[in-house]
Amino acid sequence: MSTPRLTQAGARFRTGHFEPVSFFCTGLTGAATLLILAMLALILVNIAWHGAGGLSPRFMFGSADRDMFDVNKAGVGPMILGTAARVILMTIFVIPVGVTTAIYLTEYAQAGALTTRVIRAAVNNLAGVPSIVFGLFGLGFFISAIGGTLDNLLYAGNPQPVWGKPALIWASMTLAVMTLPVVIVATEESLRAIPVGLREASLALGATKLQTVLRIVLPQALPGILTGGILAVSRAAGEVAPILFTGAAYYMASLPRSLTDQFMDLAYHVFVLSTQSPDIEKSRPILYGTVVVLLLLTFALNLVAILIRARVRRSLRQLG
Amino acid sequence: MPAPLPSIKIEPPAPANQPPADHPELITFENLSLFYGAAQALKNISFGIRERLVTAFIGPSGCGKSTLLRCLNRMNDLIDSVRITGTVRIGGEDIYAKDVDVIELRKHVGMVFQRSNPFPKSIYDNIAYALRLQGIKRRSELDDIVEKSLRSAALWDEVKDRLYASALGLSGGQQQRLCIARAIAIQPEILLMDEPASALDPIATARIEDLILDLKQQFTIVIVTHNMQQAARISDHTAFFYLGELIEYDTTTRIFTNPARKQTEDYVTGRFG
Repeated sequence: MSTPRLTQAGARFRTGHFEPVSFFCTGLTGAATLLILAMLALILVNIAWHGAGGLSPRFMFGSADRDMFDVNKAGVGPMILGTAARVILMTIFVIPVGVTTAIYLTEYAQAGALTTRVIRAAVNNLAGVPSIVFGLFGLGFFISAIGGTLDNLLYAGNPQPVWGKPALIWASMTLAVMTLPVVIVATEESLRAIPVGLREASLALGATKLQTVLRIVLPQALPGILTGGILAVSRAAGEVAPILFTGAAYYMASLPRSLTDQFMDLAYHVFVLSTQSPDIEKSRPILYGTVVVLLLLTFALNLVAILIRARVRRSLRQLG
Repeated sequence: MPAPLPSIKIEPPAPANQPPADHPELITFENLSLFYGAAQALKNISFGIRERLVTAFIGPSGCGKSTLLRCLNRMNDLIDSVRITGTVRIGGEDIYAKDVDVIELRKHVGMVFQRSNPFPKSIYDNIAYALRLQGIKRRSELDDIVEKSLRSAALWDEVKDRLYASALGLSGGQQQRLCIARAIAIQPEILLMDEPASALDPIATARIEDLILDLKQQFTIVIVTHNMQQAARISDHTAFFYLGELIEYDTTTRIFTNPARKQTEDYVTGRFG
């Protein structure tokens, strides 16, 4: 049957047919989206419902007590500090290394060369390594190998290890290694999105490659790099396994005072509360409260990064 | 660090049948071939381009005219698979010799691209960028050169009140003139233009063409164009390329009125291409 021409009688755009396949696909994709939203809502409502009651200034900012399972004594102030410290330190370690690697891969390395492909495969594989393996790697490499060597060189006669023990710096470095692929991939993508024409314009004016990268390419890529930082922070804040052997402490009477001190940590504390408590029912409000604080801290750290990124974007749009 | 490119030397006077001696040959291609991997994009090109004239490269898409243009500031170096045989001389110096500093070469050979590509910076900073790279820091000196360059590019009157506004807010034609101003700010001897007006409307194109005619007092201009009328209007010499070969090179008048080769005639009269 041929379609009637518009000038002929009976020509219609609206046939009124019911399209079952289209209807089904719309329904299916919509339902999948709803399911995900529902799960997220369930988690957040559940945590907020149980956790909100336990939140008091004393709980949130008070010092930890040796009896950490007692609702009337527990405080997570030191854990907030510890988690914030390890996440911020991790960002300081991971951004320079990740950004430099991404610059090498996009600006300097030959696209099809074997070394480039090997590096890229290594980055992808790094992203697939389970986090507990990073924990063990941190213990073996940072603490034993690097820390142990430092102790041998600098503190040869010292009976107590100074560097060769779990510490804030080693936990942060382990997390940095773990989040490296996130930063590399995000930075690479933002570098690739910058038009070739801008690089050519700069080179044609007699700029060196380094000058082009530093003055033209990197400023444009900054929002993308910050996105990588945000993803890395989100990933790292809630991780327990990598810091298990490399820095997190079960209990410390005082706050960490140097990079070589251990620290108490919110995510690790959630693990402790849910596995070590003598009476799980009694300590449940603390558990939920700690989870709420962990979520709030993650959101807060992300928010800071997002605000910085918004600022950078605005200034790039205005001038650059 | 390789020695900087020496300043351009004046060559001996041209033979009698060539254009006048105040336009000596500045650029010489000698048996230049260029390969992208196994594919040959330029085949045994040999000819000379004269100083302070406008030389147009014309030919159908894929004939190698842009590739040849990019040999002159070694922009093809950016592509890993490119291999070159033969010689390109500027002022007698082989620019593909081992001891040539490409950075220095590009300060002598400026380029304007097909798609205007101002930096996402202010109008002022777009021009000051290359100057600052060369170590010019004094504000008054920068101000002078920025104004002079914008005036040369016939853009000063339109932007003098918003020098510190983003260059991306300019119209397409203004952006392209800014790119020309940016290229001439560092005082190159040669200006390469790769279809500089192909993305512009007729009025903006006319302004660019006027500008090119002005600039040829100071610069040797090599322009790639798809637009036959444009080549006829602004160029003194025209080279016609087809499938990587130089088919004909002569004065523009000859190429458009009395070409020696049938292929050239067919192309300039619009029978193919």
